[in-house]
This record gives sequence, structure tokens and C-alpha cells, in this order.
Amino acid sequence: MHETDMTKALILTVREWYESQPQPLQIDTVHLVVGKFTCVEPASLEFAFAAQTQQTFLQGATLAIRETPLIAYCHTCRANYRPEIGLRYACPTCNSPMDDIRSGRELKIERIEYSQQDAARDAPDALHDSPQATQNKTALTLVPSQS
Amino acid sequence: MHQTFDAALGINLLHVNQDGADQNRTQFDQWGIRCLNLMSSPGAGKTALLEQTLAALTPEIKIAVIEGDMTTELDADRLRRYGVPVIAINTGRSCHLDSKMVAGGIHRLAHEHNPAEFDLVLVENVGNLVCPAEFEVGEHAKVALLSITEGEDKPLKYPLMFQEADCLLITKMDLAPHLDFDLEQLVANVRQMNPRADILPVSAKTGAGLEHWFGWVRSHLHQSVNSALAIAP
Repeated sequence: MHETDMTKALILTVREWYESQPQPLQIDTVHLVVGKFTCVEPASLEFAFAAQTQQTFLQGATLAIRETPLIAYCHTCRANYRPEIGLRYACPTCNSPMDDIRSGRELKIERIEYSQQDAARDAPDALHDSPQATQNKTALTLVPSQS
Repeated sequence: MHQTFDAALGINLLHVNQDGADQNRTQFDQWGIRCLNLMSSPGAGKTALLEQTLAALTPEIKIAVIEGDMTTELDADRLRRYGVPVIAINTGRSCHLDSKMVAGGIHRLAHEHNPAEFDLVLVENVGNLVCPAEFEVGEHAKVALLSITEGEDKPLKYPLMFQEADCLLITKMDLAPHLDFDLEQLVANVRQMNPRADILPVSAKTGAGLEHWFGWVRSHLHQSVNSALAIAP
């Protein structure tokens, strides 16, 4: 059930980005990073995403999830270690509590792959929905990957 | 011709919720209100704890409650008997409160009362050990409850809730003589992932340990946690 809510949050966030874009575009793939130490199960998230994006601006988009392991840093041993989720979180060497998580808490939209008509890029003004959309445009790294 | 692009976002999935939580907290701060988010599995005793808390603290602290419940107002009705504003939020199918729902509760509080009169807002989250830990609502501190009937292994199985907690109440301590419950083991399990939380064993039924909880709330209102009352790390 919580994946439904997570997906809702995901769609809200992607929609915010989508609506800030000055030109119409088609989102192809949403790349997520999901840490092992979050309350999100990737398989459930994929299922919820497919179901909840039907008939929306994300229809047909793929969700690509990269999982990151739980890695903690032990300040006593000055070393990283991998806690065993469900079994043991303290440092296996010195038994210090897991206090500094270096990986595994990510719930991040890493990047979005999208496609656009060339014509739209060449004549952006003709396709603007509103001037507001341009103002809201966030600074993004745009890398044309193929034509 | 189509061209494909890659937009690097690096945006937290929950950033819309997080922004809302930050706004709620700012609003609470403007009114001089501290907000505690109470979380536990269903039936761990959040409402019973709140009943005792309202009965004991309302004479000295002006409290309002935001009550999250999936479908009913049963808990809210229980708490209204204590003469404090209880804003019920039915979350529907959602298994946790999010910052937008709590913003709605804050709006109602401001509409129906003078919010600046309040010292403390207690948010009773939906009973669930998983999701509420991930969705901040604008609280200044997280209070987790674990009843001893649930077993001392729960922190290992649901680590996020226990890792995030600023205060952990071990509830239903009056049942201890009837159970094979190992408080020491429970505390050791929590300490594996959370060395700083104050851990307070209580019983809402007998009142045992509640003075320590009330002390925690009082000292939280003064923004310095009185850890002398808690089980030391």
C-alpha cells in the first residue's frame, strides 16, 4: 500500500518538473535510485507506477530503478561496513551503533530520459503554454544523447 | 525528427512532501508551537498514551491534537473528552499522514481557534511501523511507541522507525509479568541503530513511568531533552 503513496509522490515530483518545461515533451524513462534502507520495495513500485500512470502524461514511460546497498561508516573503526538488514546493524568489528549511514537512504529521481520534436526546439515560442513555465524552468543538464 | 535528452534531476522522491513539512514547521514556529509526531503499529497504545498525557498536562500546557485515522473518528472522540481541540484527519486508504494532510489540520486549527495560544500539537499518526517514518509532517521530534506484546525483535525488522525516533516509549509494561519479554534485549536492539533516542518504559494503564514521559514532553517544550530520566545509551 505505501508504494501507492510513494508513486503518488513520485508522479507529483515528475509532474512539477514536466510542467516547468517550456516545450512539450514525451517522458520515456524515469530513473530512480532506491536505497535498501527505505520503506520502498522496487517490484511493488514498478507495479504501482505502471498502474497509476495510465491515462496521464507519464503513460508509456518506463521506471528504471537502481538499488543502493545499506552502507554505514563506523567512526571508531574508521571504516565502512554493510549492516545486515533485519539481523544486525551495529558494527561487526567493534559493536558501535549504526550512526552514520553513507548509502541506502536514497529515494531519488536521478534523471529523466525524454524525447522532443526538433521543430519544437527550433521554435520554442510557438509552443509555449505560458510565460510562467519559462520562468519556472529549473537548471538542468541537457545532454542530447542521440538524434 | 525526434531527439532524445537526458535531464539530470537528483530530486528526492519525497521533496514535495518535505517542502510541505518544512512549511508546516515554519508555521508552528511562528505560533510558538512545538509539534510531536507519535508513531507506532496499530494497537501499541498511542491513543491511551494521549489520554493520559492530556489528562496530566492540559492544566499546564495548552495542547491540540491532530488525529490521523484511516476511516473513523473513534480515537478523536476518545480524546475530545479531555476538552482539547482534536482535529480528525481521515486518511482514507493512505497508511500514513503526509505533510499536506497535516497542513489541512493546521488550517482548521487556525480557523477554529487562536493558534498562537497553543504550546504543543500532538500528531497521532496512522498505526503503521513502516511508512510514517518516511513521511515527515512538520514535527520537531518523532516519538515512536512499541508495546511489549509486539516483541523485542521489531526494531531489527522495522529499523527505519526506530532509527528515526527521538523518543521511544516501551508501552504496556504492566503486562511484563505475563510475557517472556526481555527489555534489555529490546534496548540493545534499538541501540544498534539509534544511540541517541531516549527510551522510556511506561504503562498507560497503571501510570508507571508516565512521569518520565511527561518530563520528556516538558523538557522538549524547553528544547532541551532531559536525558537523565531515560535509559542511558
